[in-house]
Amino acid sequence: MASGLHKSDVANPVLNWIDARLPVITMMQKEYGTFPTPRNFNYFWNFGALAMVNLLIMIATGIFLSMHYTAHTSMAFDSVERIMRDVNYGWLLRYAHANGASMFFIVVYTHIWRGLYYGSYKAPRELLWMLGVVIFLLMMATAFMGYVLPWGQMSFWGATVITNLFSALPLIGPDIVTFLWGGFSVDNPTLNRFFSLHYLMPFVIFGVVFLHVAALHITGSNNPLGIDPKGPQDTLPFHPYYTAKDSVGLVAYFAVFAILVFFFPNALGHPDNYIPANPLVTPPHIVPEWYFLPFYAILRAVPDKLGGVIMMFASIAILFVLPWLDTSPVRSMRFRPLARPFLFTWLVSFFVLLYCGGKPPEEPYVTISRVAAAYYFLYFLVILPLLGRLERPLPLPESIARPVLRGGGPVMAGAMSKPMEKA
Amino acid sequence: MRVFHSLRAFSLAAGLVAGAGLATVATPARAAEGAMHYPEVRFSFDGLFGHFDRASAQRGFQVYKEVCSNCHSMHLLSYRNLSELGLSDAEVRAIAATVQVQDGPNDEGQMFERPARPSDRFRSPFANEKAARAANNGALPPDLSVITKAREGGAEYIHALLMGYEDPPAGVTLMPGMNYNKYFAGHQIAMAQPLSSEGQVEYTDGTKPTVEQMVEDVSQFLTWAAEPELEQRKSLGVKMVLFLTVLGGLAYAVKRKVWADVH
Repeated sequence: MASGLHKSDVANPVLNWIDARLPVITMMQKEYGTFPTPRNFNYFWNFGALAMVNLLIMIATGIFLSMHYTAHTSMAFDSVERIMRDVNYGWLLRYAHANGASMFFIVVYTHIWRGLYYGSYKAPRELLWMLGVVIFLLMMATAFMGYVLPWGQMSFWGATVITNLFSALPLIGPDIVTFLWGGFSVDNPTLNRFFSLHYLMPFVIFGVVFLHVAALHITGSNNPLGIDPKGPQDTLPFHPYYTAKDSVGLVAYFAVFAILVFFFPNALGHPDNYIPANPLVTPPHIVPEWYFLPFYAILRAVPDKLGGVIMMFASIAILFVLPWLDTSPVRSMRFRPLARPFLFTWLVSFFVLLYCGGKPPEEPYVTISRVAAAYYFLYFLVILPLLGRLERPLPLPESIARPVLRGGGPVMAGAMSKPMEKA
Repeated sequence: MRVFHSLRAFSLAAGLVAGAGLATVATPARAAEGAMHYPEVRFSFDGLFGHFDRASAQRGFQVYKEVCSNCHSMHLLSYRNLSELGLSDAEVRAIAATVQVQDGPNDEGQMFERPARPSDRFRSPFANEKAARAANNGALPPDLSVITKAREGGAEYIHALLMGYEDPPAGVTLMPGMNYNKYFAGHQIAMAQPLSSEGQVEYTDGTKPTVEQMVEDVSQFLTWAAEPELEQRKSLGVKMVLFLTVLGGLAYAVKRKVWADVH
């Protein structure tokens, strides 16, 4: 055997020849075949794979849509409607892309919730988590710019409101806004650059997703018990166990997706976006897409414009430092009797903000938003740091395998460590 | 234990659906602006198996052509699209030929008028927005191509609006040239009641052209115009959901089989 070649186990001689020179088959086998994965995942662990599939769907549909789309203020709206009417299955492409964005956020929000509940952000997975937050931010930017492209009323006015937020920055604010717009108002240069960036960003996301997965395969996955696998008895090879389990989740995901696309394709959109953009007519209420509403509510909860902008960005930026704000060594909320209700309250505050963000900025929604926003930050900045010191966590199980062998699942975990029986 | 697993799977799936549902609840929040409730109308295109009533949509096109099109454009539609409503090629040609459209420039550099062809877009009643406003007391009649998608309530809104004209209640003074409509935001609408008397349009298929009938027909037509893919979309959707149900069952069976030695 020539020196410098990888020693491949692949039986097929042609594939072996390739694998010896470029060991991608060995790599795939290692990372997705035999990759040791905790044996006790629940279905929340589907959502990473679902997000990956969703990203690919968005890229695939988006590439075909862009072949028919015209990024010009006078033609964008009609070109989108032409896709709906005259392009073969254009309606399916567009509705899948538009609702795919909503699905992406549902999936990613669930994925983030999984991380929050089972402490997936804690050592040694801090960087993995932070890369995830980067993906989330890139997703938001991509979704925002994508919503501008059909050039309807909400596209135009949403773009105007959101880009104008930057004008709140002292000194440089107005210049930044002009720079973003490529002119003195949201107009054709804005649409053009948004189209360009909207096409670029998904590939940047793809790159960061690669890093996210690479980091994951160094630390290995967290699991519902939040304790480290202690040996082969605690893990299963990724294939066929988790490929089979992910397939179940994937079909369920496609079912929800299909119901949206085929039966309620416009339920999550705003009717005003079927009115062509008109800079002279402001809609009575400018509302962003539903997945931005919690952050929009935080923005509006603060009476000062700059303060609101800062709080809105802080509400996501705070996730970057979450691994250090949470001082408890215990990962899974199953063993944190005090933190658990506080986290569920945080979830409620998130949904309350989502609800209030869609309401007009008047009472009682403003006060409710303020209370919810205050709790949103309080949880991260005060409750979590304090609880790490005050809380007495329940005893952790010895290993993943033992409770699982006795029956598996959260309740079974209690079978071997009495005090957490009623967790 | 199995029970637990399926329970958890179920709760997750339910969570997904609830998430989507919540989003739906949260977004039409802006519907609350007007907090308008439109009378419920049962259309043939509602529901999972919805389809267009082609006879009704054809009559609706006649209403559009004879009444609405005097002020409202539908610039996203072509005459050829009418064949989807069951009109023959010859009928579509004949309909198009009754309309004069501008073409050109010809070899002499002149614009000229010619009868429309099926490939032409519906002719707009006004040359531009200014002309439309000038002819309508300053108001702009919106393009109707996607009107049912562009209004909260869709076809029900169109139905309610067209049926919603009445005398202003005591104490309400209308601005000059405005009409009272109980379903229009602000209740003052520049459009005078377009379908006001029985027999305004003469149907050729023997249907009695009551106001309600004409309104229903034109709502049907406008919905088809806005969502011509609706029938294909819904029938494909039913097949997709059935397919995914079977596939989901298979995937779950495979998963159970694969995991049998672990549990």
